[in-house]
Amino acid sequence: MGLVLAFQALLGRMFAPWNASWQVPLGALRIAVDPLSAFFLVPVFGVSLLTAIYGYAYLGTDARPTSKRVAAPWCAFNVLVGSMVLVLVARQVLLFLVAWELMSLSAYVLVVFEHEKEEAKRAGWVYLVATHLGTSFLFVMFLLLSKHAGSFDFDAFVTMPRVGAGLSAVVFACALVGFGTKAGVVPFHVWLPEAHAAAPSHVSALMSGVMIKLGIYGILRVVVLLREPAFWWGPLLMVLGLTSSVLGIALALGQRDMKRVLAYSSVENMGLITLGIGLGLWGVTSGRPHIASIGVASSLLHIWNHATMKGLMFLSAGSVLHGTGTKDIEKLGGLMKRMPRTAIPMLLGAVAMSGLPPLNGFASEWLLYMGLMDGATSAGRGTGVALFLTVGVLSFVGAMAMFCFLRLIGVALLGEPRSAEADHAHESPRWMTMVLAVLGLLAMSLAVFPAFAVHLARPALAQVVGASVSSKLSTGGLRELGAWNAAVMAALLLVWALLWFLWRNAPVASDSTWGCGYPSPTARMQYTGRSFSHTLSEGLLPRAILPHRLEARPKGVFPIPSALTTESADPVTRGIYEPLFRRVGRSFARLRWLQQGVTHLYLLYIVIAVVLALAWVSLPSWLRS
Amino acid sequence: MSILQSLVHVLLACTMPPLLLGVIGKTKAAFAGRVGAPLLQPYYDIAKLMRKGSVVSRTTTWVFRAGPVVGVATGLLAVALVPLGGEQALFSFPGDLVLFAYLFGLGRFFTVLAALDTGSAFEGMGGAREATFSCFAEPALFLGLLVLVKRSASTSLSTMLGAHWHGEAASLVLVVVSLFIVLLAETCRIPFDDPNTHLELTMIHEVMVLDHSGPALGIIHYSASLKLFVLGALVVRIAAPRTGNVWGDWGVLVGGMLGLALLVGAVESMMARLRLRQVPSLLVAACLLSAFGIVLIAR
Repeated sequence: MGLVLAFQALLGRMFAPWNASWQVPLGALRIAVDPLSAFFLVPVFGVSLLTAIYGYAYLGTDARPTSKRVAAPWCAFNVLVGSMVLVLVARQVLLFLVAWELMSLSAYVLVVFEHEKEEAKRAGWVYLVATHLGTSFLFVMFLLLSKHAGSFDFDAFVTMPRVGAGLSAVVFACALVGFGTKAGVVPFHVWLPEAHAAAPSHVSALMSGVMIKLGIYGILRVVVLLREPAFWWGPLLMVLGLTSSVLGIALALGQRDMKRVLAYSSVENMGLITLGIGLGLWGVTSGRPHIASIGVASSLLHIWNHATMKGLMFLSAGSVLHGTGTKDIEKLGGLMKRMPRTAIPMLLGAVAMSGLPPLNGFASEWLLYMGLMDGATSAGRGTGVALFLTVGVLSFVGAMAMFCFLRLIGVALLGEPRSAEADHAHESPRWMTMVLAVLGLLAMSLAVFPAFAVHLARPALAQVVGASVSSKLSTGGLRELGAWNAAVMAALLLVWALLWFLWRNAPVASDSTWGCGYPSPTARMQYTGRSFSHTLSEGLLPRAILPHRLEARPKGVFPIPSALTTESADPVTRGIYEPLFRRVGRSFARLRWLQQGVTHLYLLYIVIAVVLALAWVSLPSWLRS
Repeated sequence: MSILQSLVHVLLACTMPPLLLGVIGKTKAAFAGRVGAPLLQPYYDIAKLMRKGSVVSRTTTWVFRAGPVVGVATGLLAVALVPLGGEQALFSFPGDLVLFAYLFGLGRFFTVLAALDTGSAFEGMGGAREATFSCFAEPALFLGLLVLVKRSASTSLSTMLGAHWHGEAASLVLVVVSLFIVLLAETCRIPFDDPNTHLELTMIHEVMVLDHSGPALGIIHYSASLKLFVLGALVVRIAAPRTGNVWGDWGVLVGGMLGLALLVGAVESMMARLRLRQVPSLLVAACLLSAFGIVLIAR
């Protein structure tokens, strides 16, 4: 285990230099690191190192009833990390696709780690179907590109003749579906909450912090390869991004499972990243270099920020699960006292996730706001109004994100414990909480030095929007913002210290919480997560996202035991995919007569297929002669 | 901005807020035909609370004590970003309006967490309501400010509020009305919330701070008035004319703030609270007003 970690750290050091670039031509294996890959490699190495340390403690000390063998998951973990690196450095279609598939499959193995649970099995299945459907679009896309360029090398794509409008539209659409599935952009996000909730927490952190970002990498890579974005790419991405963020956060509000809340919040954040890229592409095509660079820079910054804070959130949620044995927020509570070393970083992470100052989520959201507002002021009437309204929607998303994390923190960590498990919670091992602290510190430093992060991203930015465009980006505002973040932190500490000093001698009595005259309040009287979000998600948001109630009422002379469960299924799954797959399944059922289960018949099929293939190959030449 | 003006800015921001509460109270008393408490009563209240001891629930942690601290700190930071009488705020940079709006968000985040930290159902209820309504108040605030962004082609509050209005009366009216609604919602006044109500079940802001006592409660009262002051300054700066004279502008601001407090008092005396379910509708109406303002001004 230690060897693996050291190896990863070593790799991290080796790759860390920016613009390091070398080629290993080995048959079809072409590998290179350019700024865009390097930018994504940093979180891959950083987060996987931290999650590996965390996972060592998480899996190692877990007191499971059946001692589970952890060798296979670790192997899959390493394959996952390795294949993610390979995806980023691959410069050849076949290599890229192999790495992509390897990444998807190793993640599947990790998702079904707890395969004795129904939830994990279903999650793995949904994930497997979704990722393969996505990959099939990638196959089509790369085949089209290779045919056009006459080669499977990415280098050849760069030098290939200009891609026609029709072909580039098809390629971009395929990339959007294929990579969008991995990135979890609505409506291709359905696998994400299932898989993230079922996987072990350090794997969820890795998947949410890094793996889904590779979908964004893919989209950016295709934009770089196609060179000239069409005018509709930007607006389309913006619409998709905005839809993802609104739907993602609205669905996150109603979830009981901590990790599902976080997963849906990932959908929201991927939406914000997509929105930034869309804004950037719109800036490129409409000749606004300033907006173009701000838009893409906000996305790149948010990619790093989200990797840090979502990693932190998933790992602390895992720590809570480790300490209490449940991830249902309605059964938690009172953990700030019982697990302070988990709860404090988690609170920090929640502030960051809500996009509030003084943490890093605010920095990238601020940049996105700036890009949108600058774009709106400079654009014409119609576009300007649309962009201003986008800012309004963005602030709505921000407020809902705050609501969502208030509920998560307030119900899961604060108050009185709501169950015996939470009451007897124990703090997680040092190794785990240390990783949380490191991530918290990272989030703080990214908040204070966002300008530095954007400075590091500049070469990658130049690759996406062009060098002349990216040079227009001034990081002055960001530097000021970083200073303000530091100032807010300082002001909070200062006010606290001042007040503490002033009232250090004031008498403080300790008593039970005021129950409005009721003398003996119990933990069950507390506000629950469901009631917290009741007004918002059940009174004000559309009914489609409501949880379903499954009721078994007692009836008859000898009543059966009654039951009431609620499940919050994804409206996109319920409304679009399930009917679609049912219909597809029905139409395939009509082909069932082909499958007789008789070996002879299958042999016949093979013979026919071979004959047809031979005919296909030889007929043209025979006809010519 | 001269040092003298900065000094006035700081002094005014620190000392004037509770006076606004006093004016509101006096106005309501006048409407009801009472004499009412003295104008300076809020100052006496805060001073009294500051000298008291406090009772802290056994359930709570440091988060409970952080609530008032963050509330007052974010209020003080926000007041440094808004220009009061002078041409400039104490600090300004492009994009400070986002920071301004999100500072309130941070304050709210910790106020609600402090409420949830007590484990009381009442306070949870208040926190949930506050967070729910802020989902609609925040876009309304943003859209209102965006009208100014479009007008001044700037994203810094100092420039946005420094520009003069020329013949855009319709947008001006829309934005002022919209921001006034936001102000009432954010500071928990009628018709959104009744600061004087006596039943915990119906409160929003007051119920969140039920368990705070002594100095902490004093700080909470002060932060609430500070929030009223900051948002009020925003409305007054947009609505009130500029005299061109430096100290005249300060006079206009102080007069405008007192007038605004009178107006809030009048609204409180003449209106009943809305039912909780209707609150979002009013806030969405404020959003729409500002959106119309943007449409009118975008050309």
